[in-house]
Amino acid sequence: MTLATARARSGKAVDHGAWFLVLPALLPILVLSVGPLLYGIALAFTDSQSGRTEPTEWIGLLNFQDLRHDTLFWDSFRIGLLWAVGVTVPQFLLALGLALLLSQNLRFRWLARSLAIVPWAMPEVVVGIMWRLVYHPDAGILNETLRDLGFGEGRDWLTGLGTALPAVIVVGVWAGMPQTTVALLAGLQNVPRELHEAAAMDGAGAWRRFTTVTWPALRPIALAITALNFIWNFNSFALVYVLTNGGPGGRTRLPMLFAYEEAFRYGQFGYAAAMGCVMVAVISVLLAVYLVARLRGADER
Amino acid sequence: MTSRTKGAARAGQYLALLAYLVFLVFPFLWLLSTSFKPATELGSLHPTWIPEDPTLANYRQAFDEQPLLRAAGNSLVAALSAAVIAVVIATPMAYVMARHRTLLARAATGWVVVSQAFPFVLVIIPLFLVLKNLRLINSLPGLIMVYVVWALPFALWMLVGYVRAVPVELEEAAAVDGAGRLRTLVSVTAPLLAPGIGATALFAFITAWNEFFFALVLLKTPEKQTLPVVLTHFIGAEGVADLGPLAAAAFLATLPSLVVFALIQKRITGGMLAGAVKS
Repeated sequence: MTLATARARSGKAVDHGAWFLVLPALLPILVLSVGPLLYGIALAFTDSQSGRTEPTEWIGLLNFQDLRHDTLFWDSFRIGLLWAVGVTVPQFLLALGLALLLSQNLRFRWLARSLAIVPWAMPEVVVGIMWRLVYHPDAGILNETLRDLGFGEGRDWLTGLGTALPAVIVVGVWAGMPQTTVALLAGLQNVPRELHEAAAMDGAGAWRRFTTVTWPALRPIALAITALNFIWNFNSFALVYVLTNGGPGGRTRLPMLFAYEEAFRYGQFGYAAAMGCVMVAVISVLLAVYLVARLRGADER
Repeated sequence: MTSRTKGAARAGQYLALLAYLVFLVFPFLWLLSTSFKPATELGSLHPTWIPEDPTLANYRQAFDEQPLLRAAGNSLVAALSAAVIAVVIATPMAYVMARHRTLLARAATGWVVVSQAFPFVLVIIPLFLVLKNLRLINSLPGLIMVYVVWALPFALWMLVGYVRAVPVELEEAAAVDGAGRLRTLVSVTAPLLAPGIGATALFAFITAWNEFFFALVLLKTPEKQTLPVVLTHFIGAEGVADLGPLAAAAFLATLPSLVVFALIQKRITGGMLAGAVKS
């Protein structure tokens, strides 16, 4: 064993060579990511505003007390949770189905795999624009199809009070399908083939084989990707910004859209940072789920 | 299972696959179709899949209405710089993270995970204030700095996976032959990593090319804005849009991403995201 590997395996302190290799990435991370994050948390306890002439002051928990009574914020928080669940759950189920299909030995599988990734390649802004065209009350294909099928004149999906949130949720599901499918496909590679075959020999049907062989092997990855998806969805911005900009009447105003407006339209930096902190608090719970799932997944391998 | 039920199951699978493909592809086809329709056709109440009177006028008009070329240039500069810088600084760190199980490597891995969960607003407000003091608001260098740091987590993640795939024995053999650390890294490991580094760079490029939120906050004037931000200008203040040019511009903005994704497709299906869910 050489010195380098001995060091690697014993897990001793980083030697000088390693520091030299790490610094170019570590410095920007500390200065532009970790630093701003801590600064952002600190801002939540100040009255920082854009264009203020007098110096920013430390105001303790005042922002959080205001947030407690800000019904608009809690509305957006509730909408954010609805949206995140509404996107994550169907997306997982649909992606699971697609991943199972794509792991079968079907013809045209290569074509299907390529096409299934297309939504991933598109800028979120374009996805939003594209679906605006699909949902367009007159020139959209959705209403035209409904008209053809005899379901009346169709609706103004994105501006209807009741339809806006479901309509953007469908787009969210569509946009995130590829990532989830690819992750689940990777997970399916961990499913022991011999076990599958043995179960089939014993006469287990497709559903039984799924519940007894596939799912147990897939579960850690499924749990991890679901937690991550939930976090990403809860934090999403661009898609809904382009589709509805939070309308109609705030029905699709996700927390990020709310915080963005508060910070960059009204200049309330401190208040918006406090919103970010509340979001982090909720997300931390899910992050814990994700980390536990990851660790358990690593143990089982 | 009889062959008959097996056949039926197969047919069901193909049908399900077809349904998925229709769901995933139809909005894109509609975007394409809309982009070739003349204004008269877009105003009619009964839109068709195939434009009756296809035209390129929307594409011309899109360039007339908004500074698309300059925006694409800005996007290209921002995405290319961010991808190159991110990969150059991430590769050595990823190497250390993959080969040394030190406290630093663990902390970096932890940060990579946690950084996935930040609500961007908590980072962008302080960044906005800092960049403003540095007079880097409304400037591409400022945006590039943000993109580099934002690309680092997944770049590290992907690269760590690629480094782990290189057998450590190869490096040991080089070390036995008397090569120093840097020499080993450059002459043995780097060539084997090249495809992975390329895929990571392309992925970072696409992520930056598609990015919207940071660009929206940091870029104020149309001359500096990137393509996704300029695209939103096609949608008027009341959400009323000139559909044809909007569709044309949106389609053009997607082309580079589609090309790059076609290039790295093998690596994506090979389990790019698996890195995020495996250890």
